[in-house]
Amino acid sequence: METLAMHISNGIIDGPVAAVFAALALAALTGCVLRGRRDLDDRLAPMAGLVAAFIFAVQMLNFPIFTAGVSGHLLGGALAAMLVGPWVGALCVSVVLVVQALVFGDGGVAMLGLNITNMALLGTAAAYVLIAVLLRVLPRTPAGLAVTGFVAAMLSVVVASQGFVLQYWLGGTTDLGGNLAGLAGTMAGVHLLIGIGEGLITATTVVTVAKVRPDLVYALRGLRPATVPTVPAVGGVR
Amino acid sequence: MKNRSWAFLAGGLLVALLLAGVVSNYASSHPDGLDSSLLKGCTVDADDNIVGGSCPAQQAREHELGDSPLADYGVRGVENGFLSTGLSGVLGVLLTFAVGAGGFWLLRRRGATSTPSDTATPVEGGSPTDADAATSGDARRRAGAAG
Repeated sequence: METLAMHISNGIIDGPVAAVFAALALAALTGCVLRGRRDLDDRLAPMAGLVAAFIFAVQMLNFPIFTAGVSGHLLGGALAAMLVGPWVGALCVSVVLVVQALVFGDGGVAMLGLNITNMALLGTAAAYVLIAVLLRVLPRTPAGLAVTGFVAAMLSVVVASQGFVLQYWLGGTTDLGGNLAGLAGTMAGVHLLIGIGEGLITATTVVTVAKVRPDLVYALRGLRPATVPTVPAVGGVR
Repeated sequence: MKNRSWAFLAGGLLVALLLAGVVSNYASSHPDGLDSSLLKGCTVDADDNIVGGSCPAQQAREHELGDSPLADYGVRGVENGFLSTGLSGVLGVLLTFAVGAGGFWLLRRRGATSTPSDTATPVEGGSPTDADAATSGDARRRAGAAG
């Protein structure tokens, strides 16, 4: 059996919960469009397209993790947030998820809202909060940028995985016998390991882009001595 | 857009095409973190098919568009597995780029306010008025490091 599906499949979460999250995701993405337009100029628009294409490509590259028989792949929220900002970044990941669901049969169409909520919204938002904090604390060197990308990416994957746990608690189709903590622990543990891969890919990519074209790294733009409150509120993306 | 931006775009696309078109064939075919977590409680054979037990993954149903010509990251009708995966990856990258770049291009802000004024806000004492954004970006980073 070719197990190339990477996202929530149909039947895993019940219909009503999936519909609620679809509405939630649609509202949040509308907000991202409205706010992201401020960032989208003639230069950023094609670059954001490239970021989406790159995330699609790297998501295909399932890498083995230390646990036998389990693989992981990039989610991309942290990478997108660093390169094009949280608002456009969330839209980039969403484009990837929509293409995968509609064309590649990966992630149920009815489950799209759940997948977008976890990976495009939660993952990107968590990553950007961490990026905003870390870039202010860490030295502004390539090493500082790499550590920022690594940590933000790693933790954002764990946050995204817990989004699924919440959804499963609300509408999971199998009775876990009250053992939701077991699922939460399994998901967190395996995604911490996947997060190492996510972190390495994110850090490498961002440092490379920063070396070639520092002006194309969104996260470096906001670094002004005067602290302008441009950081989105934690819950802003919902 | 300036030539350098086109070069960066072309280079980035080439990398993505190589990753999705060639490297994807060397990807691990084991279930990912989500799928493996949902398989907990079931026993699987060497090909990761469920052979016993009970787990959330058993509730999985058919995909609505499971018969899409590119379903499961392969091109229907292409027998060679390497070619099928690679070709689907290439098509996916091009499609994602077209949808993404096209959509963002339509959404971009236009008009007189589209000068990069808010992105190149000068730091104290700095005046990156030169047109080369890369240079001003460098200058800002150096200024940031110094300040």
